[in-house]
Amino acid sequence: MQASDRFNINSQLEHLQAKYVGTGHADLNRFEWAVNIQRDSYASYVGHYPILAYFAIAENESIGRERYNFMQKMLLPCGLPPEREDD
Amino acid sequence: MATLDPEIARVQEERKKMEQQLASLSSVTYDTDLYGGTDRDAYVSSIAVNEEEENLEGMDSEVARKLASYTAPKSLLKEMPRGGEEDDGGLGFKKPQRIIDREDDYRRRRLNRVISPDRHDAFASGDKTPDVSVRTYADVMREEALKREKEETLKAIAKKKKEEEEAAKAGVAKETEAAPAQKRRNRWDQSQDDGGAAKKAKAGSDWDMPDSTPGIGRWDATPTPGRVGDATPSVGRRNRWDETPTPGRLADSDATPGAVTPGATPAGMTWDATPKLAGMATPTPKKQRSRWDETPATMGSATPMAGATPAAAFTPGVTPVGGVDLATPTPGAINLRGPITPEQYNLLRWEKDIEERNRPLTDEELDAMFPQEGYKILEPPASYVPIRTPARKLLATPTPLGTPLYQIPEENRGQQFDVPKEAPGGLPFMKPEDYQHFGALLNEENEEELSPEEQKERKIMKLLLKVKNGTPPQRKTALRQLTDKAREFGAGPLFNRILPLLMQPTLEDQERHLLVKVIDRVLYKLDELVRPYVHKILVVIEPLLIDEDYYARVEGREIISNLSKAAGLATMIAAMRPDIDNIDEYVRNTTARAFSVVASALGIPALLPFLKAVCQSKKSWQARHTGIKIVQQIAILIGCAVLPHLKSLVEIIEHGLNDENQKVRTITALSLAALAEAAAPYGIESFDSVLKPLWKGIRSHRGKVLAAFLKAIGFIIPLMDALYASYYTKEVMVILIREFQSPDEEMKKIVLKVVKQCVSTEGVEAEYIRTDILPEFFRNFWVRRMALDRRNYKQLVETTVEIANKVGVADIVGRIVEDLKDESEPYRRMVMETIEKVVANLGASDIDSRLEELLIDGILYAFQEQTSDDANVMLNGFGAVVNALGQRVKPYLPQICGTIKWRLNNKSAKVRQQAADLISRIAVVMKQCQEEQLMGHLGVVLYEYLGEEYPEVLGSILGALKAIVNVIGMTKMTPPIKDLLPRLTPILKNRHEKVQENCIDLVGRIADRGAEFVPAREWMRICFELLDMLKAHKKGIRRATVNTFGYIAKAIGPQDVLATLLNNLKVQERQNRVCTTVAIAIVAETCSPFTVLPALMNEYRVPELNVQNGVLKSLSFLFEYIGEMGKDYIYAVTPLLEDALMDRDLVHRQTAASAVKHMALGVAGLGCEDALVHLLNYVWPNIFETSPHVINAVMEAIEGMRVALGAAVVLNYCLQGLFHPARKVREVYWKIYNSLYIGAQDALVAAYPVLEDEQSNVYSRPELTMFI
Repeated sequence: MQASDRFNINSQLEHLQAKYVGTGHADLNRFEWAVNIQRDSYASYVGHYPILAYFAIAENESIGRERYNFMQKMLLPCGLPPEREDD
Repeated sequence: MATLDPEIARVQEERKKMEQQLASLSSVTYDTDLYGGTDRDAYVSSIAVNEEEENLEGMDSEVARKLASYTAPKSLLKEMPRGGEEDDGGLGFKKPQRIIDREDDYRRRRLNRVISPDRHDAFASGDKTPDVSVRTYADVMREEALKREKEETLKAIAKKKKEEEEAAKAGVAKETEAAPAQKRRNRWDQSQDDGGAAKKAKAGSDWDMPDSTPGIGRWDATPTPGRVGDATPSVGRRNRWDETPTPGRLADSDATPGAVTPGATPAGMTWDATPKLAGMATPTPKKQRSRWDETPATMGSATPMAGATPAAAFTPGVTPVGGVDLATPTPGAINLRGPITPEQYNLLRWEKDIEERNRPLTDEELDAMFPQEGYKILEPPASYVPIRTPARKLLATPTPLGTPLYQIPEENRGQQFDVPKEAPGGLPFMKPEDYQHFGALLNEENEEELSPEEQKERKIMKLLLKVKNGTPPQRKTALRQLTDKAREFGAGPLFNRILPLLMQPTLEDQERHLLVKVIDRVLYKLDELVRPYVHKILVVIEPLLIDEDYYARVEGREIISNLSKAAGLATMIAAMRPDIDNIDEYVRNTTARAFSVVASALGIPALLPFLKAVCQSKKSWQARHTGIKIVQQIAILIGCAVLPHLKSLVEIIEHGLNDENQKVRTITALSLAALAEAAAPYGIESFDSVLKPLWKGIRSHRGKVLAAFLKAIGFIIPLMDALYASYYTKEVMVILIREFQSPDEEMKKIVLKVVKQCVSTEGVEAEYIRTDILPEFFRNFWVRRMALDRRNYKQLVETTVEIANKVGVADIVGRIVEDLKDESEPYRRMVMETIEKVVANLGASDIDSRLEELLIDGILYAFQEQTSDDANVMLNGFGAVVNALGQRVKPYLPQICGTIKWRLNNKSAKVRQQAADLISRIAVVMKQCQEEQLMGHLGVVLYEYLGEEYPEVLGSILGALKAIVNVIGMTKMTPPIKDLLPRLTPILKNRHEKVQENCIDLVGRIADRGAEFVPAREWMRICFELLDMLKAHKKGIRRATVNTFGYIAKAIGPQDVLATLLNNLKVQERQNRVCTTVAIAIVAETCSPFTVLPALMNEYRVPELNVQNGVLKSLSFLFEYIGEMGKDYIYAVTPLLEDALMDRDLVHRQTAASAVKHMALGVAGLGCEDALVHLLNYVWPNIFETSPHVINAVMEAIEGMRVALGAAVVLNYCLQGLFHPARKVREVYWKIYNSLYIGAQDALVAAYPVLEDEQSNVYSRPELTMFI
């Protein structure tokens, strides 16, 4: 980044974006992105009641149980992070 | 004297004669046509010395006078040209300003304070008995007591002497006169210091008490560098030792130490002489030796004394006597090494300049000046002896000893002109006044040879210099280093360097700010190590608390608050306690403020016991006074946060109301006022205990104390319940009414304020005010004299309005309406302003027909008789009354209009302008009264005055016309619109902002409502004129112009207007083009886009950047304005945008991208996805642009696409680059992804790609594949 770029609106935009959980950056790896996707998905399922009801019927579970499950899955949605090979 | 006058007259006569002769001799005659006769007496023969100041004052009044216009404030306009000159500051907008220059005498007293030596830290040493050399709290207290006694004794001595003198003068016969004089001095309004001193004269025998022997502690004070050491800065009796040394005096004060002692009694002499000894200890090298004893070579290390002849400042190393090759000596060469105060520096510079001009002329110079023939060189008379005084000899240009042949002057590299020496080691530039503090840095000694202590000192000095004078980056690193190493450096060395800098008399705001910042940071790090230095720091920081600059005050508060957190309450109290009863009022005042900051930092409860003790001090009234003042300052500083402690604070100070000292009584009442103000509207119960003394006090006190008591009452009454408020108001009102007559200005203001406060409380009834207050109030305050003082004027108007709120309009207006015809104009204005405010607040329904008649009559009189109305008081008043009366003015309208018409014809421009302004204010009411015929008549009159040459007046006339047109409509308007408009066309050319604004408003209004009354040709002509107005500075004018284009296009069809506008795209000025594009867009909006787009798109074929960009910009605005309508045109413009998005020119792509954005946002959800995807394909390649404007436009276009096409589509574009091998690419793609994510997180869930699971990690989302 050039010195002149440092203060313009675009860098501020990036700074602003970085404040949100779930945004990415150039060094994000597959695992991290996937975790974000999973969590967003679960949050979306929990947030939309009709979808939750649909899943509940498909899995023959109560809606509350479904919601609980999704919330639990958000903890480690993709399992433990893989070992980093480079460091 | 009388004998001199005729002589002067004679000389003047002669000179006049000679001048006349001279005039005829030189044959330059006056051009009488040009200068209007030879009457030169009429000219200003001299220019005022203080013209600058007069102008400054004049500026204010001018601002007020010109306020009638709608142009930018004149004060701003005046300020602008000055910016150029002051720009030399470089970074700041304000020229660096020395603090001392804007300080008044009182604030300057800060320089009299001495940075006291370190004190004993009782916490650090534990139980140990402190070393004798360390100053403990007891020492300090003893010194203070001593100082006070000394001061009192001196005062007594001086007084006695004076009395003796008087007695001697009066002679035996009038011996008795001393006694009454003494008595008179005890009057209430004189400070009791004087009175007290007489009594204390006897107490002066305290001298032989063991305590008061001047102990070691007194004189071993470390003197401040750069100041003549005087440990007793006594301001009450300023003696010469206190003063900041001015160079000239510094010298002679050393020469004759005792002879000049003021008020020299033998005793005083010894006292005054002692500091002399102390002065020896100052680091400033004293000049005791005669400088003539020194060889010139050693001059370098001698202090250049400014009072001395410049010989002392000769270039070091040059032998001044008899040097053949000696260049003209530079008398002012500045000695860089010695400490030199800035005043000395300036004096030297000045001297050098003067001497350079006044040096005797040499023979060569004389030869060159005079003609060769006709002059004879005379032999000097035999008695002539050349001057041998060495000092003057040195001044003379050295006469070359040998034959005056030219010799190549030997270059002297060691010579120092007054160019400051380059500071070594990348240090910033040093100002002359800095040498005193940082001079040591210039000695290029070997760092290794210095002791570690010295090295540390140097390091601190370097860092401080960088902070003070360095560039911002230098400053930043230096500040950080100082902070990081603060504990390593130690508190002592740090503060010994920083604090003297802050006492520098030439300090500038910015420098002080930086140094204060250093202290702040260092404090944080040092924490408890600062304890011995607390008082030192307070001495330099306290003055900030009373600085006139708000930010300085805040800074000061912050430092003291941090200091008290670092040092702890005990240390703070120990440090400041001695100052509480200091003899100097300045010290007590600043200390009280500092204490209030401590209280707000450490909490009021912590300070309460101490405050209680101080406020009850039996020893001195000063301590009580300061203690109570601390309470006042606490209330002012923390406002409503006093509420929890209100009761205890009031209890602490309440006894002060009955104090024996009247100053204490006054400050107590003022503190109560501050507490009540801070607590309002709560906390009345806390004041219960003081109500009685206060209300009793107002019966027994007079003058200042009474004023303070009344003020307290004024603030307490609004806190009370209605019932009590009414009771107490009645109690106090007796006194208030008595004080109505007081001649004291301060008292008047307070009385007015208290009346206002009492009247506005709930419990006070209208009837009571009417019967008990009003008669006296009007009799005493509504007099001409009150209108002369600005503050009285304001306060009186406010109070009267407040009373009117209670008793109604009729009572108040009825009482003052007659005064509208008073002969004093300021008084009439005050009456008018009051009536305006009252009527605006309460309406005019209370006013009966008789009063109405009187009112209109009075207003007309006042309006006509005004000679100077700076703030438009009369105009506003007239407008307010007429609007409040509404239809009731109908009978008076003919008379009012007659006045207006008559005044429109007045010689004075101001009067005409006011008359026109009045029309625009009362137009609405005239319409209400169905006086359309009258308005039509006025319209014709105004129309006739459109030839007005004063722009301010013309603007007002146009405004009046606009007001009339607005209320009576286009059809009924006389003169008819078709006559009016052609008359306005030439006025559009006027460059005056007020004229432009009013004219364009009027034209726009006509174009909007009555375009059909004017032929199309006339509108076209106006279009051309309007183009120029797009350049106007004022946004309002440009906006009105652009709108007018829209109206005109609607009226006469877009083709012609458009052609004009499209041509205007070719002009150079950017602002003009921007406004044109906006106008095109507005035309397109008002006349539907299909009428404009073909021509616009055709214009894009012109191979010219500006035109094409203008077209694109118009499209961008157009699609922004038309919104959903865009769906019909999107396919038409797509080829054009394709082309623009592929253009080489960045601006093309930028503008096209923003057009795409507006288009996409407009047609979202309207089924134009195919075109948008097509456009997105053209926008997308631009994501790698780096220019901020372009990339912004592109990103916004993509955002627009997200809205129109949905997040999934844009995500698909993104996916290709999120994990691109090149980081630069990834960065851009992630940025797009992030804004997509923030904009539509939820929508993305369905569109994320399917990731395959890896070993232990599950990436798939099976839920999405579920199916019933």
